[in-house]
Amino acid sequence: MRYSQKGMATVENKNTAANSGSQPVSQPGAQPGAKTSAKPGAREGFVYLPLIAGWLVPGAGHFLLRKWGRGALLSASILAMFVLGLTMQGKLYSNAHEILDILGLAGDLGNGLLYIISQILGLGAAQAQTTLADYGTRFIVVAGLLNVIAAVDAHNLRTGRKS
Amino acid sequence: MGHTFFQPSHFTAVVLFALFASIVFGITQRETPRRMIRYGIYCFVLFVGSTIAISWLMFLVAR
Repeated sequence: MRYSQKGMATVENKNTAANSGSQPVSQPGAQPGAKTSAKPGAREGFVYLPLIAGWLVPGAGHFLLRKWGRGALLSASILAMFVLGLTMQGKLYSNAHEILDILGLAGDLGNGLLYIISQILGLGAAQAQTTLADYGTRFIVVAGLLNVIAAVDAHNLRTGRKS
Repeated sequence: MGHTFFQPSHFTAVVLFALFASIVFGITQRETPRRMIRYGIYCFVLFVGSTIAISWLMFLVAR
């Protein structure tokens, strides 16, 4: 005869009730200290995909995580900053020998595919010769740095470190 | 040297820079939408306010 054990003081019901509280109860036979459940927010798959996608294409990491609003705002901001920098005849760093140029190149590389495509198309100035062009150069570098911050944020969302 | 398509004033450049940077800071450094907006506005005010303050300071020092 089948009957319901709901509400009865069975081992299974005791463990369920205990787990709903603050004190974790280990299963019979489980190793002490072993993890019994996954961290909230953590999902299966390649953890670094949003980080890499976010670096290559601004906002793509958030789009992968279905954070459409955040992704659109990040994408629009970073893209606008990069394009404005180019239209101000900002410099795209390529061959860096001095320390400041190397830092500028590192910032530019943060733009991911935007930087690579711009280099291929020959966009941007070879040298910043006016004050405005210098501003443009800073816009491009900062767009890259902001893109790195956005990509790391997507990674934190993916790992559950941020909700 | 190529043609410069966009020629903002210095202040416009500062406001645009502050706007875009504040949006990214707000979204990435806070968790709830309300706190994101508040932090974004806070960053924007600090960016623009500190620029104006330092500009006046340099103006007065240079006199």
